[in-house]
Amino acid sequence: MSALIEMRGVTKTYGAFTALNDVTLSLSDTSPSMTAVAGESGSGKTTLARMMLGFINPSHGQVLYQGKDVARMTGAEQRQFRREVQPVFQDPFDVFNPFYRIDHVLETPVKRYKLADSDTKARAMIEDALKRVGLRPQDTLGRFPHELSGGQRQRIMVARAVLLRPRLIIADEPVSMVDASLRATILDELKTLNRELGISIVYITHDLTTAFQICDNIMILYRGNVSEAGAVERVIGAPKHPYSQLLVSSIPLPDLSKAWGGEEIPVSEASAARPNPGCKFAPRCPHVMEMCWDNLPPKYVPDSERLATCFLYRDAPVAASDDVASVFRPPNHSITTTAP
Amino acid sequence: MTDKTKPILVVEELNVHYDTGKGPAKAVSDVSFSLLPGERLGLIGESGSGKTTMATALMRLTRAPGRIAGGSVKLDGRDILKMSTRELRETRLRDIALIPQGAMSSLNPVMRLEEQMIDAIVAHKPGMRRAELDARVQELLKNVGLAPEVARRYPHELSGGMKQRAAMAIATSLSPKVIVADEPTSALDVVVQRQVMQTLGRLQDGLGAAVVLIGHDMGLIAQFADTVGVMYAGKLVEIGPVRQMIESPKHPYTRLLVDSLPGIEVKRELTGIPGLPPPLVDLPPGCSFNPRCPLAFDRCVRETPLLQEVAPGQSAACHLYPEHAALPPLPPMTRAHQELRP
Repeated sequence: MSALIEMRGVTKTYGAFTALNDVTLSLSDTSPSMTAVAGESGSGKTTLARMMLGFINPSHGQVLYQGKDVARMTGAEQRQFRREVQPVFQDPFDVFNPFYRIDHVLETPVKRYKLADSDTKARAMIEDALKRVGLRPQDTLGRFPHELSGGQRQRIMVARAVLLRPRLIIADEPVSMVDASLRATILDELKTLNRELGISIVYITHDLTTAFQICDNIMILYRGNVSEAGAVERVIGAPKHPYSQLLVSSIPLPDLSKAWGGEEIPVSEASAARPNPGCKFAPRCPHVMEMCWDNLPPKYVPDSERLATCFLYRDAPVAASDDVASVFRPPNHSITTTAP
Repeated sequence: MTDKTKPILVVEELNVHYDTGKGPAKAVSDVSFSLLPGERLGLIGESGSGKTTMATALMRLTRAPGRIAGGSVKLDGRDILKMSTRELRETRLRDIALIPQGAMSSLNPVMRLEEQMIDAIVAHKPGMRRAELDARVQELLKNVGLAPEVARRYPHELSGGMKQRAAMAIATSLSPKVIVADEPTSALDVVVQRQVMQTLGRLQDGLGAAVVLIGHDMGLIAQFADTVGVMYAGKLVEIGPVRQMIESPKHPYTRLLVDSLPGIEVKRELTGIPGLPPPLVDLPPGCSFNPRCPLAFDRCVRETPLLQEVAPGQSAACHLYPEHAALPPLPPMTRAHQELRP
């Protein structure tokens, strides 16, 4: 399998602090996927996104885009990479220059990458991109950012990404600042882009509900380490790692039969976590064992389509490959049109 | 001893307007509800539905260009909106306390936590001795699950969840009868969110206080509240017991809010709510929700629906009632429906 993007043993440290520890993950070049990366603040999910986008370089390991090391690309290769891998950020308020009309943020990439040879053609491309995210061009173009809602601005950012016909969109918490009622619509649009344009999507989030709904697979990070990964039906539907279990049980569902239990969750954040070379979740883990403090658990495969880095599953086989995606479920939808 | 069957908070015909160049924006419009001691009311709405304006008005903290344009907020029989400045100062925190949105930025960054807590207590109880105050600070921190040494820390030394707990400790320092919590967990991770909400629930049980929880996440409200009120464009459009509101909502908007949270059992088409809330200075005629409502009919455009009882303890402002016994099924939404109108 050739990889669209591949993280090979990637570690990022800031001084003594390890933001991301030894992550290997490859996303297929041939079948467009939707992969969620989840975890709490400080889990390393944004660090991972920034390395995939080439904004920062790994301290160890490599990020490869179509086999080329992102940190060592030639000018031309980097230009192509910058076009084909597009970000959508969390804050739909900060990314706009309030003095420019919305058109500016859409026209700039068209000019920069010379996507159109005439103004008419450029306009048509922009209108098509807006329609793809459910915005009406006549109601959107010519407006200033403050005239649009947060949800609409976020759609503009998706439209900007679409305009470039990317191969990969890295969406870092794209809906966490948008009302619950609008989230569904924006995420549905990402899913449509994946299906209709064959764009692979990495969806960085702390919201497991939406990850379950739109993604094929998920990777859960805890303090820089992969704690569990695999098909969303496995990892979110029946989590194995105690951290994933805690996350899933904390989702506030609008379903009274799934009320939060009355059990108190230990407030670990109040006490400085004891530094340990072993499992980072050990200080909070209800099932912690003596071995957890000194050794980092390997990637056990307790059942198909998932891995869990937890000694509770030490009787299960260890994953044959370092690549987290080796346990992923292949995307099960067919692509109606292929990317150009 | 407070009477458990007599409402502690009664809000009647509350109106809050923001004066703009285009006329008043009616951010809270004729809202009435009441709250029993110990009751948990969740008020839910989208951005711009008036829910934060509502929270500040309950505390009489409305600031220009906003103004309270009418109605009453009676706390234990006394109208907060008619109190003298002095009465109001005594009442806030002692009888009704606010946990503000983004409580993390409501803490003073250059004061240690214990000083801020003591400041709040001393403002109401000037006679307390230092030893008593210290003991009270420790007790309050313990109540919200914070370690005693946290008292000596500055806000920047605390995580988001800890700051939110600290704000809760201050809000409950005088054992208020009503706590107004405005999106207290909107910036927190799910696990921390659950911890903070459980802490709020425990504090409230200990105090026997009533809580108004304001938010936009139906899941969170469902996990916490006994009663759910839904706000749309400044109006209360439906209110009732949580189970009925989730399992058999009567207003189409409530149904769509419940459905916009997809759950983790089966994958299904994600459905948002088509369109956007109307601008508050320029509300559509009739029901404010009619342009987005999949079941709107001619009467909805002509006549503003009033809140009416649609099931025991449940009221909705919708012209489908009393003709219908339950909410008819909503037609499936197409992509065209989901187009936004800027």
